[in-house]
Amino acid sequence: MNGTKKILIDPLIDNNPVTLQVLGICSALAVTTSLLPALLMCLALTSVAALSSATISSIRHHIPNNIRIIVQMTIIASFVIVVDQLLRAYAFETSKQLSVFVGLIITNCIVLGRAEAFAMKNGVGASFLDGLGNGLGYSVILIAVATLRELFGAGTLLGYPILPLVSDGGWYEANGLMLLPPSAFFIIGLLIWGIRTWKRQQVEKPDYQIHEVHRTEVL
Amino acid sequence: MAEAAGGQASRDGVTGTLLVAVVLSLVCSVLVSGTAVLLKPKQQQNEADYRQRIILDVAGLSAPDGAAGDAFDRIEARMVDLATGEYVDSPGVDGFDPLAAASDPATGIAIPAALDIASIRRRAKYAPVYLVRDGETLEQIILPVYGSGLWSTMFGYLALENDGNTVRGLRFYQHAETPGLGDQVDKPAWRAQWSGKQLFDDAGTARIEVIRGTVAENSADSGYQVDGLAGATLTGRGVTNLVHYWVGEHGFGPYLETIRSEQQR
Repeated sequence: MNGTKKILIDPLIDNNPVTLQVLGICSALAVTTSLLPALLMCLALTSVAALSSATISSIRHHIPNNIRIIVQMTIIASFVIVVDQLLRAYAFETSKQLSVFVGLIITNCIVLGRAEAFAMKNGVGASFLDGLGNGLGYSVILIAVATLRELFGAGTLLGYPILPLVSDGGWYEANGLMLLPPSAFFIIGLLIWGIRTWKRQQVEKPDYQIHEVHRTEVL
Repeated sequence: MAEAAGGQASRDGVTGTLLVAVVLSLVCSVLVSGTAVLLKPKQQQNEADYRQRIILDVAGLSAPDGAAGDAFDRIEARMVDLATGEYVDSPGVDGFDPLAAASDPATGIAIPAALDIASIRRRAKYAPVYLVRDGETLEQIILPVYGSGLWSTMFGYLALENDGNTVRGLRFYQHAETPGLGDQVDKPAWRAQWSGKQLFDDAGTARIEVIRGTVAENSADSGYQVDGLAGATLTGRGVTNLVHYWVGEHGFGPYLETIRSEQQR
């Protein structure tokens, strides 16, 4: 896999910001009760991550070292406000459901993390792809979680009935737990388990290992 | 090499730092304010459509597919002078902004501190009401209400039966209460409880209240009480206070009196 492609593809599974780095969990719990707001949130975060990484990278030689974090935050915050305004103009109903969470992209560790760790040291094109890739990595998890939660919690996807509910004369009893925040924890936990079983190299070494005592040492 | 080192020093020096900070702030503020100004008309249109849908919804008139359409034709918007409770023709209902009118000394008044239970400090002298008629008979009155919750001012509509006492529904269209706790005020399950509650007891005292905990079904007061919101006591108290203010003597009280005497005739 060549370098450019690796920057874009790597964060999807191999270096996923949610399941490997365990960042951005707060919004992953809050906006995944149904698929539509989750999709909109993914779009918002991905565009903010890509644009702010590219912008920060383009001026990285001019950013004074002692105010670099505040400069990054200012740029990220500006893009977040622009995205929020666009959503309010063109996706009004869904933006009401997202309430504060679009604004909270400013504090999303994924965006600032990529700005500080990657965009400050790499070219504009690579930084754009890195932001895009990490945004998409976040999106993959959010979409998976939201699909499961909406399908089993409400029997619908994007509002269209898939599993006919008992209350509407069908056979599926909606699982209310799926609509509560803890279910997102369970699903993300199961996803992390699944991915690490598939990709053994993601399994972290235990922090502490019980030392095997040999007879000779005791003696 | 020497030049690069010089560049490094001026970038990290006081002048360089200030320069970058100022230029960045300017560029970012132009970007942000430009977007806000350009998109404002579109957002205001959305907001107006949304409010219309909320009014239909609180009146129980919204079409199953959520389309506003003709249903809004059944609703007549009138302006009321809050002090007298009489209808007035000016100012018009279209484009009336209660907050702007409240802060203008010509069209707003200060609320005496003792009466300001909704914590809004000033209110407009006039307020729009929305009347739902079935032919000639008045079916419902929809009043705009607002007041402080825990973090934010909550804006909503209160729909009443033609007796000016029985609640048909209460729905907020704008607030910034705690997500997951206070924001339950606009969740359907909680809203549904308001239908059928009484505002006043026989003596005419406002009794409606968002209590703490769950309403006891066989309690004598259950007709005036709504379940509290777990983890959002202050938001609930804010709702109680704003409803009390707006249906009280300083709010729509005189107007509701007019309605009641008209209905008895």
